[in-house]
Amino acid sequence: MSDTTTPVSPSNSFAAFGAIFRREFAGYFRTPLAYVFLAVFNAFAISLAFFVGNLYESGIASLDRFFLYHPWLWAFLAPAAGARLWAEERRQGTLELLLTWPITVWQTALGKFLAAWAFLACALLMTLPIAFTVGWLGSPDWGVILSGYLGSLLCAGACLGIAAIASSLTRSQVIAFVTGFLACFLLVLVGYGVLDELLSGALSSGTVDEIRRLGLWRNLEPFTLGLLDARPAAYFLSVAFAGLGLSTLIVERR
Amino acid sequence: MALIEAKKLFKSYGAIRAVNDVSFAVNRGEVVGFLGPNGAGKSTTMKLLTGHLRADSGQAVVAGFDVAEEPVLAKKHLGYSPEGAPAYGEMTVREFLRFAADLRGLSDPAEKVKSTLELCRLTSVAAQNIDTLSKGYRMRVGFAQAVIHDPDVLILDEPTDGLDPNQKFEVRRILKDMAARKAVIVSTHILEEVGELCTRVIVIAQGGIRCDESREKFLQRGTDLNQVFRQLTA
Repeated sequence: MSDTTTPVSPSNSFAAFGAIFRREFAGYFRTPLAYVFLAVFNAFAISLAFFVGNLYESGIASLDRFFLYHPWLWAFLAPAAGARLWAEERRQGTLELLLTWPITVWQTALGKFLAAWAFLACALLMTLPIAFTVGWLGSPDWGVILSGYLGSLLCAGACLGIAAIASSLTRSQVIAFVTGFLACFLLVLVGYGVLDELLSGALSSGTVDEIRRLGLWRNLEPFTLGLLDARPAAYFLSVAFAGLGLSTLIVERR
Repeated sequence: MALIEAKKLFKSYGAIRAVNDVSFAVNRGEVVGFLGPNGAGKSTTMKLLTGHLRADSGQAVVAGFDVAEEPVLAKKHLGYSPEGAPAYGEMTVREFLRFAADLRGLSDPAEKVKSTLELCRLTSVAAQNIDTLSKGYRMRVGFAQAVIHDPDVLILDEPTDGLDPNQKFEVRRILKDMAARKAVIVSTHILEEVGELCTRVIVIAQGGIRCDESREKFLQRGTDLNQVFRQLTA
């Protein structure tokens, strides 16, 4: 490097990552869509627990009937939140800016991904009144409830990883959402009766059992029972970060 | 040392060779006008120099740093405004420039944003969402994010495209003010810009360089620049 060039600011990866994270996170709240998203998530999460899961009628001070429907909710809403990750950058041409600013694609991708995950965490945190209601009505095991929330957050991250891949492949948020939703929906179906029956007809029982392990509910269930097992946590984190990694590679090798 | 060096750059999109053995160097104080018809390879060459695209072969060097090998260091010395000056429309001008300053890790970002707003005459619209601005202002916002860190190298893809004569004058004025301290490449369709802004002209057609000479020599080719352009790019 020549001594004739103007001195530049030293590299500060964390500051650049922070700038991306803040812009992305704030970006969710710049449009009314974020508030619609938060309202829909809460309305469905609570309605499903009470009216389909009969949370109140069960007479048990537990949130397992509340978390039961979370894979369905995340399969729909994580792709909705994640669709903008890369597709929107492509559509408005800002990806070209991002890729020519002095920050690596990996820093950008991580900042965007964690901001989206934090937004999903906000949606989840807004359901806390249901936990307090159960606490008011009975004497729940708060450790189990906390474990359920942790599992749900990890499940959201896995769905977001899939959404990130879908978003990196297109400039259309609609296509990104539909593709992401279908992929997540498939992971929800794995482990449910209908798909099990279909697979059992074509594959050996051992193989079906292995496939069943990939289902979202199968991995969320231990958390809702208060069982902090490393395997389901590793599963969710693997899917989340594999999605993050693959989407970053796709953007990098555009 | 040249601040921008393109060394035998090649880039293909499938069977189409967009950039074919392009080599040149730009020194501080030079404003190079990149001329060429649509699809000639101007934007692709710029994208190779800025690190947005990877060359199939050859080397792009900015401020002494290989863009492929040391992209972050090269990009620290580079200001780039892509065609159409894309920006985050939902942000205000001030927020967008602050984001650019933070991302570049500038010291005293608030002061840098303020001085850039003044330099690019954007202070009056600083609190407006970029989506609500006229094209002229949006192009200036694109220009502002490219110069906020006072880079050694400035690459601007059609910075005056679609602007009215007053707006073009304004962008050229700002560019002329800072040109002596930088190496600048400006792509344009507007031949009058050669005389008004550039110190050197590179004409590109079908992915290759057809002419690389000083402004004076280029202007001596004929009084009708449109005809000169047609002959060179035919």
